[in-house]
Parts: sequence; C-alpha cells; structure tokens
Amino acid sequence: MMLVGVYLLVLLLAAVVVSIVAPRTKGIVAIYGIVAMAAISAVPAVDALIGNTHTYNFAGSYVTGPIGMEIDPLSAWFMLVISFTMITSVIYGQQYMNAYADSRNELSLHWICYLLVHAGLMSVCAMRNSIGFLISWEIMALGAFFLVIFEREKVRTIRAGINYLIQSHLAILLLTVAFIWVAIVSGTYSFDGIMQFVSQQSRLASLGLMLLFFVGFAFKAGFVPFHTWLPHAHPAAPSHVSGMMSGVLIKIGIYGIMRMLLIINVNYMVMGFFILIISVVTGIYGVMLAIIQHNLKRLLAYHSVENIGIIGIGIGVGCIALGCNNNSLAIIGFAGALLHVLNHSLFKSLLFYGAGNVYQATHCMDIEHFGGLIRKMPQTAMLFLLASLAICGLPPFNGFVSEFLIYNGLFDGINSIQGSGRTVALALSMAGLALIGGLAIMCFTKAFGTIFLGQPRAKLHSEPKEFGFVRLFPMYMAGGMIVAIGIAPKFFIGALNGALQQFVGNNATGESFQAVTTLSAIGIYMLVFIGIAAVVYGLRRWFTSHLPESKGETWGCGYLAPTPKIQYTASSFVRSYRRLAKSVLQVKKRKIDVEGIFPGKAEYATEALDRTETGLIIKPLRMIRRLLSHFSIMQNGRLQFYIFYGMFFIILIAGVPFMFKLIRLFINYLNTL
Amino acid sequence: MLSFVLIFIASLFFTGIVVRTKSLASGRKGPGIMQPMKDIWRSLRKGAVYSNTSSDIFQIAPSIYFASILAAMMVVPLGSQKGLVSFSCDFVFFAYVLALGKFFSIIAALDTGSSFEGMGASREALFSMLAEPAFFILMGSLGLLTGNTSFHDIFMNLHIGSYLSYALVTIACFVLIMICMIENSRMPIDDPKTHLELTMIHEVMILDNSGFDLGLILQATNLKFAMYGALIANLFIGNWPLYVSIPVFFGIQFLLAIVAGIIESFMARFRMGNNAQFILALSSLALLMLFGVLMS
Repeated sequence: MMLVGVYLLVLLLAAVVVSIVAPRTKGIVAIYGIVAMAAISAVPAVDALIGNTHTYNFAGSYVTGPIGMEIDPLSAWFMLVISFTMITSVIYGQQYMNAYADSRNELSLHWICYLLVHAGLMSVCAMRNSIGFLISWEIMALGAFFLVIFEREKVRTIRAGINYLIQSHLAILLLTVAFIWVAIVSGTYSFDGIMQFVSQQSRLASLGLMLLFFVGFAFKAGFVPFHTWLPHAHPAAPSHVSGMMSGVLIKIGIYGIMRMLLIINVNYMVMGFFILIISVVTGIYGVMLAIIQHNLKRLLAYHSVENIGIIGIGIGVGCIALGCNNNSLAIIGFAGALLHVLNHSLFKSLLFYGAGNVYQATHCMDIEHFGGLIRKMPQTAMLFLLASLAICGLPPFNGFVSEFLIYNGLFDGINSIQGSGRTVALALSMAGLALIGGLAIMCFTKAFGTIFLGQPRAKLHSEPKEFGFVRLFPMYMAGGMIVAIGIAPKFFIGALNGALQQFVGNNATGESFQAVTTLSAIGIYMLVFIGIAAVVYGLRRWFTSHLPESKGETWGCGYLAPTPKIQYTASSFVRSYRRLAKSVLQVKKRKIDVEGIFPGKAEYATEALDRTETGLIIKPLRMIRRLLSHFSIMQNGRLQFYIFYGMFFIILIAGVPFMFKLIRLFINYLNTL
Repeated sequence: MLSFVLIFIASLFFTGIVVRTKSLASGRKGPGIMQPMKDIWRSLRKGAVYSNTSSDIFQIAPSIYFASILAAMMVVPLGSQKGLVSFSCDFVFFAYVLALGKFFSIIAALDTGSSFEGMGASREALFSMLAEPAFFILMGSLGLLTGNTSFHDIFMNLHIGSYLSYALVTIACFVLIMICMIENSRMPIDDPKTHLELTMIHEVMILDNSGFDLGLILQATNLKFAMYGALIANLFIGNWPLYVSIPVFFGIQFLLAIVAGIIESFMARFRMGNNAQFILALSSLALLMLFGVLMS
C-alpha cells in the first residue's frame, strides 16, 4: 500500500520538477524519476519473483468496485524487464534530446509522458480490475502517442502518430468489449469475474472471449495482420522512444495474452495451435518485409514483428503442452517465450540506440547512403554488431538461449505429442523458425554491412563522429546483459521459476528442468567457443607477427580506379531474394533506363509497401471514401442547408413516434370496423 | 573426442581426393593427394595484403569462421562414441554456430567494398538461408523416428527401426549430401574452379583474403566437408565397435570425396537463378521423409 503511494508521489514530484527546470536539466530529472520509480516497483517485483506475491486492495468507487492490484511472478517478470529498458532508454534519451534543447515546452511534455508511460506499464502489469486496467492501458497508450509525435511539425510524424493512436484504440475497443461481456455475465469488474465467466459459460464462449482478448492484445504486440502501425510509429519517434516502444511497450501485449491464458484456462489445445500458426506467419512475414526496407528504423520495426512471432511460437508450444498435460514441455515453451521477451527488449533497444547514434551523426536514415561508419564510430559499430548477432539468435549471445529453448520445445513436441496433423504443424513451425533465423541473418548482414562497412555511398551532410561515454553507457548496459544471458542463462531461467509454476502448477518444478541443465552446459560451451575463437585469433597474431603485411586496393579484376559507387548496395544485396519472394512482397519501382547514344539522367528507386496494409487498411478506406463521396453533395457550405438538416433531423426524431401512434390508431380503427 | 580427431584427419585428404578424381576423370594424372594441404601450408606462411577499404572486421572474421567450424565439429559423434559434447537438441547448436561463421564471412566480404564480393555474399546469404529449413525438418523427422533428441542418440538408435527406416535413411543421405554441397559451395550449386568472378559464390567472397587468413579459410572448408562427411557416415555406422566403425568412417569419407569429384566432372553447374528453387525442393524432400516417418 505504502509503496504504491510513494511511487505515485515520486511520479508527481518528478513531473512537477521536470516542467519547471531548464531544458537541459529536464532529462536528468527524468532519469532520477525513472530510476526511483523503477527501484520502488522493483522492491515488490523482486520479492514476487522469489515467491512472495504482493497484493494491494483499494476501496475503489461505486462504479469500479474494489480495485485489486497484485504482483505475482508473471507480473514481476514483465515489470522488471520493462523497468530495465526504460532506465537505459531514459539515460540514452537524455543525451539524445540535447539536440532539441531549444524546444522547452515539448521537452516538458515529452518527459512527463515518459514518466506516465512507466506508471501506466507498471499498473497494467499489476492491475486486477478491468476498469483500472483499461485506464492504465489508456494512460500508457496516450503517453506513448505524445512520445511518438515529439517532432510534430513533420507531416510524416503526425500521420504515424495518428495511425498509432487509432490502432491502439481499436485494441482498447476490443478489450473494452471483452471486459463488458465478462461484467455482464459475472456482475463484477474484478479479474475474478473472468474466472466466473469461464466456469459458468460454455467452452465455446470462453474461446470467443479468449480470441477477443487475443486480438485486442495482438494489436499492441504487433501480430500480423495487426502490426501495421509499428513500421510507421518507430521511424517517426525519437530513437530512445523507438527503443523503449519496440523493446518493452509492445511486450505488454504479450503480457496481456499470457495473463488471459492463465485466467481462461480452457481450450488450451485450440488456442495453442491458433497462436502457433499466427506466430509462425508473423515471424516469417515480419522478417521477409524487414529485408527489403531501406529505412533503418523501419527495418528494425519489422524485426520487432518477427520477434513477437518467435515469442508467440514459444507461447503456442507452451499452450499445446498444457492442452495435453505435458508439464515439462509447457515449461520449456513458456520459459523460451518469457526469456525471449527479456532478450528482445535488450537487443532491440540496443539496435535502436545504435540507429539513433547513426541518425544524429549523419542526419540520414536511408541505409543506401551509408558506408564505412565503423571507422568513424567504432564503439557504436561494435555494439550494433553485438546486437545484430544476438537478434539473429547466434551463439554465444542471449538470442540463442531463448531460441534454443523454443527449438527444444518444438522438437520435444514433435516427439511426444500424438496425432500426425499436430506433428506436421510442429515440424513446419520448426522449419519456419529455421527460415526466420536464416532470413534474419540475411537482413542483418545487409544492415551492418552497408551501414558500417565499405566506403560511404553518398556524401553525408556532416562528418560523423563517435559519441561520448555517457551516451554509450546505456548501450553498454544492454550489451553487457546480452553477453551475461548468453554465458549464464541458468541464472535468468531460475528467475522465471515462479512464473512458470503459475502455468504448470507447483508440483512441476525440478523434474522437468532437463532443458535448463542443458542450458547451463551450453553456457559453459559458449565460453569454450569464445575460447577457441580467441586461441585461433591469438595464433594468427603470433603467426603473422613476423610476416610482411601491405595495403592495397580492393581486387577489382585489374581495374585500378575503383570508386565507392561500384560497391554493392543494400538493394542489390537483396535483389535475388526480392525476385524469389515477389509473390509476398509488394515493391513499387520507379525506373528510368539508360537509353540512346547520349543518355540522360538514369534513375532507379524502389519503395517497399506492406501487402497487408494496402489490402486491409488502405484499399477498404479508399472504397469507403469513394462511397461517402456520393454524399458530398449534401455538404455544400450553405448555412440554410445545415439549418434545414438540423430541422429535418429534429422533425424526424419527433415525428417517428407520432407517425407510429397514428398508424396504430389507424390499425385499431380498422380492427373495430 | 575421437570423432573430432578423425574429422581433422579426414579433412587433410579430402580435397586432395576430390581433385585427384577430377583429374583422372578428365584424363590427366593430376597433383598428389596432399597438394591442397601443401598449398594451405604455403598460404599460412605468407604475408598478407589488406584492402585500404577493409576494417578490423576483415581481420577477425576468418578466425571466427574457423572457430565456428571447430565448435560445430565438437558436437558431431562417431557411432557409439559421443562427440566432445552431447546434449539435447545439439543439432540446433550445430546449425547456429555454423551460421555465426557464415555471418562473419559475409560481413567480411562486404567489408572490402568490392562489388564482386558483395555479389558473392548476397548469394551465400540467400542459399544457405534456404537450406536451413531442410536441415531442421530432416533432424526433426530423424528424431521422431528414433524418439531421441541429440545427434548421438539419434544416430545410435537409427538401426533399431523398421525396414522403412532404410528407405528413409536413403532420403536422409541424399538430403545431407546436397546440404553438404550447398554449405561447401561445390557443384551443382557452385563451381569452385570457375575462372569468372561473376559466376562464383564462395570463391568470390574470399578474393581479398591472402596469407594466413586464406589458409585458415581453405582449411575451414576442408574441415566443413569432412564434418558433413562424418554426419553422413553416422547414418550408417550405428553402434558398431570401433575397429569396424573407424574404417567405415574413412571409407564413407573417401566415397563422398569421389562422389563430389565425379559430380564435378560430369555435371554442369545449375543456372544461378534456378539454385533457389532447387534448394527449396530439398525442404520438400525432407518433408517427404517426415511423412514417411509418420506412416511407420
């Protein structure tokens, strides 16, 4: 109780102080505020992870009923993950926002909203009352909206912001409908009402409710086809906001899905396969579109979609296992998913910070213009490489650990779950996950290779240079965690114990942690691998130390005057892939060929569109607009007409009952005849 | 441990046998079996030329590539003998650690800023990515067939199954050989002896490597070939005693090298544009195997 009070007090205090101090100090106040708030919320969260669930009960009001808050291990895990990335993000953001020090009011709004988003996320995790949940959700969604539209004078930014706002309210709409349905059946707004709903209603109704919740949360998480706001919002937002949103804000959707799976504990088999299939589609689709993006932040946004798919595969496996009472498999699946939530928050935020560094050093986001930045910004480059390796799921970093768990789950599922159709679905999911991994490698070799390696491909507005330590510090924090999880996964899996017990019940802890002992062996094995690489490299240094070494031009078939223009570009790197995948992708090309003896200006430009967006949003909207345009004749700008419409409407409203009465009189009259 | 050493020994002769087979098939006497190793030894002792464009990535990449293959070799068993390490789902580690090496060889190629090497990197990234699903479905169905989860257990129990398992092992063998050819950039996917940069895949990626790095990469390729040879050998060895399994291991490596040599002598390389379809077709072959296992 007191902790909640202290938390809110700190929030209030920080918000007030942020608004009155000088622009450059605002960020620092926000850092103190977020660290304090994270620390306060971490006290019960850490305790909950150990096994002591905290509950707080507030009286609430006549409308809401008593408001219960509870921090159980699942909530605690998400709260800690969120707090960590929000801390790195606020430290990075304080530095990033120095570039905008002259816009005082915007900065106040920005940092206040940032504080509010933390509060919103924390209370979404803890809330056990639907009205309180929706209000916290709204605070978070609106706060994030203001964070996205920081550069509101840009048309693109405001469009992306409004797109996000509408789609996140679609999510809220669905959640509201679901909660109202529960409230009608059970008569209470508490989450216990959902359990009553499940016990009273048929299995089909519970499945319907679960699907309603799933779609609502899927908008936030970014499952295909509900992902279309992500690739717009992330490039528009400042980099620390993109990192925070992509790293943790969308994970609140995953939290919601897992919470509802816990509460609505029927139909696990159906739900499991539903989630598995939609997740595989999400993963493959996300990475397929990521490859062809030219805007670095857009590319990273599509990778968030992909990683949500990977998390979803883990959840799907866990659900299927619960459906056939296979506890050890369920543990592997959910552990993989939950660990990937943490992992993705780390490497994705690190990648966005790297993108932010690149953006502020060059004022450019188009990867076709870059090249050779590793020489100008070596530390950013190395951190970006680290995160790229981790996001591709390569050993010895954290992405591998969670993907390994999910592979393990799929493979065990193939071996233990009965039924050919199910086996084939799981095997195809495994192949899908392998394909996702392969495509991710293609995408990040392209991104890292064209941005940081080679020579600059276009003249940049300013000479890029490396940033100072304060700016790199949060990146090192995330990078350190990435390596730590890769080498000592057992510790982090151990922290998941409580959350996993919530899913499988208390009886199933030690017996089924075979995968975890494997993981600790893998941790050692990763060290061995690093050791081998170090030994090989050491040998190379020792061997070549006395050998002559010289510098020369890159081999160009004897051509001695190469220019940076002849380098392979990002588009050419993925060209054969693009042709192979053209049935899925939608690429708009603009091309002026080289023609004639004295050719004029040639041009070749591609723009990657999203087929789901054009099909599900843009085209229907265009049709609706065309339909509505027929009525534009009514909107003719003359005041008389508008008054007439008003009068007409009033007459209609008043006239209908009157007409009804008349007709009834008439019928009565006929009857008497 | 044993398999690690044996793979290393096999790798010393592997390319020599391939080259010798090709020479004999084309009516030449050809160089000695050990000639490729002598070439590598010579490269290792040579100085190097680095491009002005390249950065530190170019310097560390060959070492990491080599280390990744050593790490992958550690999980490969030999019949009843486990690899250096063996754990549940070690084939995932196998595939991913190889992918790590590939990642570095691709970015090293991009580091030189050469259009040739960019082209090779693009092809390598595409083709090896398409081969991943086939490998995973293959291992998934072998696991389902035997009910085990690690390389060692799967291979050990492969022979206890029904007669159908022999048919399945044939498909598995074919798929593995083709994956081996893709991963090692041999015919019919890639021609290592082509003289035109535009038609190369792997060779064009290492145009700028010289000296010790080149030697490392060449030996890494030999090791990789022998490692896949060991996987194929494992399909047959089962739990035979060592005095049988070691000769069988070398016999199968020898056969694989000769098969590679014969394919390269009598087949033309596929058209680059059709490679992707071919590699994807491997996945459906692996799926066929999965259905076969489900039937049994």
